[in-house]
Amino acid sequence: MVRRAGAAAVPGGSDLGLAFTPPEAHQGDGFRILYVHVPAAWLSVQVYVVMALSAAIGLIWRMKVAHAIAASCATVGASFTVIALGTGMLWGKPMWGTFWPWDPRTTSELLLLFLYLGYIGLRSGFDDTARADRASAVLAIVGVIDAPIVHYSVVWWNSLHQGSSLIRAGGPAIAPAMLIPLLMMILGFYLYFGAVLLVRARGEILRRERNAQWIAEELAAPGAGPAGPMQESFGASPADPLASRS
Amino acid sequence: MMQFLRMGGYAVYVWPSVALTVIVLGLNVVWARHALALAQREARRRLVHARGTTP
Repeated sequence: MVRRAGAAAVPGGSDLGLAFTPPEAHQGDGFRILYVHVPAAWLSVQVYVVMALSAAIGLIWRMKVAHAIAASCATVGASFTVIALGTGMLWGKPMWGTFWPWDPRTTSELLLLFLYLGYIGLRSGFDDTARADRASAVLAIVGVIDAPIVHYSVVWWNSLHQGSSLIRAGGPAIAPAMLIPLLMMILGFYLYFGAVLLVRARGEILRRERNAQWIAEELAAPGAGPAGPMQESFGASPADPLASRS
Repeated sequence: MMQFLRMGGYAVYVWPSVALTVIVLGLNVVWARHALALAQREARRRLVHARGTTP
């Protein structure tokens, strides 16, 4: 369901945004980078907040599932950040005259990428998953301070980057013909994130619980095909210790 | 069609942006599925090994 909705929203939004939306008054067709840049930039920050919240929940209440969710957020969040930075550079060159202006928004977004990479690198530095969870959770929680900095950088400092056009007093400052494809793309990116997060979390939980009895029971279930029953109902068993707090 | 591909002179910026997005998002799906398949394979291997060593 999530995949189908995302598979409809992203091509629909990109088709409208690239082909049918009229050119912008000052930037011409160059503004169409907006339809991939803005959703990726939004998700890059929000996925980090989800990751930090999950890590905090895992650290405070010692929930393994929360740590698994946090770990599953890192790669996809870093990917959104790479897209936001890459498309931002490609948009900046024709509009600002440079690929990289060391602007507060771009610099804080680059710091966000380093935080993601640091989180991934830190986790890979530990053989013991519990120690990796604790150390990386501290980094994720400390690093979340960058999220409001990215968001408010265009307000707090002089910036080449424009201010928010969507969430602002008085409503969005974008014409409906341009706004609707953008909202479709944002929705599609959210659904994409949800779908990828679920797949990643399933792999992460299975990796962590590979010695658990319920994994053996799931794999040994009659009629389990090459993918096994987990493919469709991973963690849905009433006896599943991960279905509730672990 | 050519007018659409030219993107009003911004084609060298717009299309690489779209390509970067498609490639990175596509790779993410491949990586995620690969990680899940690896975890499933490892769990199965452990199960077979455990059965083989259990009296």
